[in-house]
Amino acid sequence: MTSPLEQKKIKLSGPSMVTANRTWDGAVIYRTAEQGWSTELTDAAVVRTSDDARALLAESVADDVGAIGAYIAPVEVRDAGKIGPGNLREQIRSAGLTIDIPVPAQA
Amino acid sequence: MYAYDELDRTLINERVSEFRDQVKRRLSGELTEDEFKMLRLQNGVYLQLHAYMFRVAIPYGTLSTKQLRALAHVARRYDRGYGHFTTRQNIQYNWIKLAELPDALEYLAGVGIHAMQTSGNNTRNVTSDQWAGVAPGEVEDPRIWSEILRQYTTLHPEFSFLPRKFKFAITASDHDRAAIKIHDIGLRLHKNADGETGFEVLVGGGLGRTPFIGKTIKPFVHGRDLLSYVEAILRVYNQYGRRDNIYKARIKILVHELGIEKFAKEVDEEWKLMDASALTLDHAVVEEIRSRFSYPAYEKLPHMPDELKEAAHDPKFEAWRKNSVFPHKVQGYSIVTLSLKPVGGPPGDATADQMDAIADLAQKYSFGEIRVGHEQNLVLPHVAKRDLPVLWKALDRIGVATPNINLVTDIIACPGLDYCSLANARSIPIAQELTRRFANHETANLIGRLHINISGCINACGHHHVGHIGILGVEKNGEEFYQITIGGRADENAQMGTLIGPSVPYAEVADVIEDIVEAYLALRDRPEELFVDTVKRLGVEPFKERVYATR
Repeated sequence: MTSPLEQKKIKLSGPSMVTANRTWDGAVIYRTAEQGWSTELTDAAVVRTSDDARALLAESVADDVGAIGAYIAPVEVRDAGKIGPGNLREQIRSAGLTIDIPVPAQA
Repeated sequence: MYAYDELDRTLINERVSEFRDQVKRRLSGELTEDEFKMLRLQNGVYLQLHAYMFRVAIPYGTLSTKQLRALAHVARRYDRGYGHFTTRQNIQYNWIKLAELPDALEYLAGVGIHAMQTSGNNTRNVTSDQWAGVAPGEVEDPRIWSEILRQYTTLHPEFSFLPRKFKFAITASDHDRAAIKIHDIGLRLHKNADGETGFEVLVGGGLGRTPFIGKTIKPFVHGRDLLSYVEAILRVYNQYGRRDNIYKARIKILVHELGIEKFAKEVDEEWKLMDASALTLDHAVVEEIRSRFSYPAYEKLPHMPDELKEAAHDPKFEAWRKNSVFPHKVQGYSIVTLSLKPVGGPPGDATADQMDAIADLAQKYSFGEIRVGHEQNLVLPHVAKRDLPVLWKALDRIGVATPNINLVTDIIACPGLDYCSLANARSIPIAQELTRRFANHETANLIGRLHINISGCINACGHHHVGHIGILGVEKNGEEFYQITIGGRADENAQMGTLIGPSVPYAEVADVIEDIVEAYLALRDRPEELFVDTVKRLGVEPFKERVYATR
C-alpha cells in the first residue's frame, strides 16, 4: 500500500488540514496543532504550504495506533479565522449525513 | 432453510476467535493498519467516511427469523438502530466500532451468520433468486447449488487471492431475478433434452468502470460437473487475470480482451487437463445438501379463500395485493414482497424494530423464513392467501407495505456520498426526492414498471448501467453532477443503458427524471408498453430532446 507520504508532490489549492478516522471506533478526527487529534473540525491545524502539509501528514501517519487513513483535505478559513470544510465530502464528514437516519414507523 | 452442521459452526466460531485476536493486536499497536487492512476486509470491515462499515453475508438471500432478529440486535446494540440491505444480498452496518466488532461477529455466529468473503479479492457471497424454491415454473430450487458453491468457495485456498473480487449469481427461472448477466459467473439452471439438470454458464458480466453483459461460455454443463467447470474458469482467470492494474483485473476484462471463444478454449483445455474426479458432484452429494434444506409443510388451501374475497373491498388492500403479492408454486399460498422503499426513505434501509417485527410476522405467516432480494426489498416466501389481509395491516403498521414494487419509486440506490468513501456524489437524497415526486400511487401505476437505479460513483453499486433509468453521480469542479442513462435492464434480456447527454446538476435531477417519464407517457404506443420497451422502439433521441430542449 502506498503511504500518503510517498506522494511525489503535495499540492495545495488553499488552506488545508489533515483528517483521519479514529482506530478504535472509526470516528472522524482532525489533527491539531498540539500534535493530537480532535473530533471537532474547528480544532484542526491549518497549513498553507506543501512543506507544512507534508510535516503535518507525517506526524499524523506516524500515529498508526490512534488513527487510520490520514489525508490532506481543503478547509475554508472564514471570518475571525474560524475554519469550515473545504468540499462536500468534508462537509458531510464533519456535519454528518445530509439525510435523516431511518426511524421506525409509528404504529 | 438450510441447516448448518458442526463443521460450519466450528468454522464460523474459529473465524470469530481469530478476528478477535487480530482486532486486539491492532488496537494494541502490535499490528499496523497496513498489516491489518486485508484481515479486516476479509471479515467484511471497510472504512467509510464517518466510521467503519461492516458487511454481513446473507447467502442466497435466505434468512430465518432467528437470524433476522440477530441482525436487528446487532443494529440496535452495536450500530445506530438500522441496517442497509445491499444489491448483493448482504446487509451493511454503517457505524460499527472496531473494538466491538468481534462481539457483534460472535453474536451473529451464534445463529450461523458471518462476514467471511464479503470483501477482498476472493469469491463473494453467492446470490440467487429471492423467490428460489417457491417460484412457479422453476426448474428446481437454485439454492441447493448456491449452497454447494458457497461451501466450495468458502476459504478455498487457491481462490482466496484472485486478481480481483469474484461474484456468482444463480437463477432457475425463465425470468431472471438474480441479475445473472451482470456477474462474473452467472448460472442459469435448466434441463437438457434428456431431462438432466445442468447450467447455462455465463462469464464476464459486470458493471463498474467497464461494464459488460456476461457471455455464454457453455450452454449446458451437467450439474455433476458444475464445480470442476467453475474451477477451470477460476484457474484460467487466476492465471491470466491482470494483477498489475486494478481497473483491468476483473474477469470481464480478460474475457473481453481474449474474446469469449479463446477464453472458452482455454477453459476447456484446463478442464480436460485437471483431475476433476474430486469435484464431481454425484447424486448422493447433491441429495445430501438438498436434504439439509427444510421446506414448509404446506396445507391444502383454496385458491381464493373467503378472507381474501372480503378484503378485496378495501381499495388500499387491493392496491397492495395487486402490487406486492405474487403467485406461489403451491395453491393457496403467495409470495409477498415487503417494500423497503417508503416515500422519502433511504432505499434498502430497515430499522432494528422493523427487522424484529418482520421476524415475528415471518414466524407467524411465512413458516419462519425471510428472503432478501437484490432490489433491496425483503420477501416473505410462504404466505397463505387467507392471511394476506391481516399480514398487510401488520406490514403497513411498520412501514413496509408501500405498494410500489417494480414501480418508479422502488429505487435501487447505493449509500452514495452520505456514507461511502469512494463516492463522488450523493445517491440517497436523489432517491428520496424522486420518491416524493412520484409518491402518488395512481401516477406510479399509470407509469407502470420502471426501475430507477442510482450509483454515487462509477463503481456502480446501485447498478445504474442496467436501470431502466440509470443515474450516475460524478463530481465536476467540486459540485455533484449526474449522468442519466435510459434503456438498461438487468433481467434475462439484460443490457446497458444509453447515455442521453451531458450530466445535470444535483438540483435538476428530479426534474430531468420527471421530464423523461412525461416523455414516455406521451410516446408509448399503448399503456402496456413498458418504459424500457418504448426506449427500445424509439431510441434515446426523443427523450434527449425533451430533457435538453429547454436546458
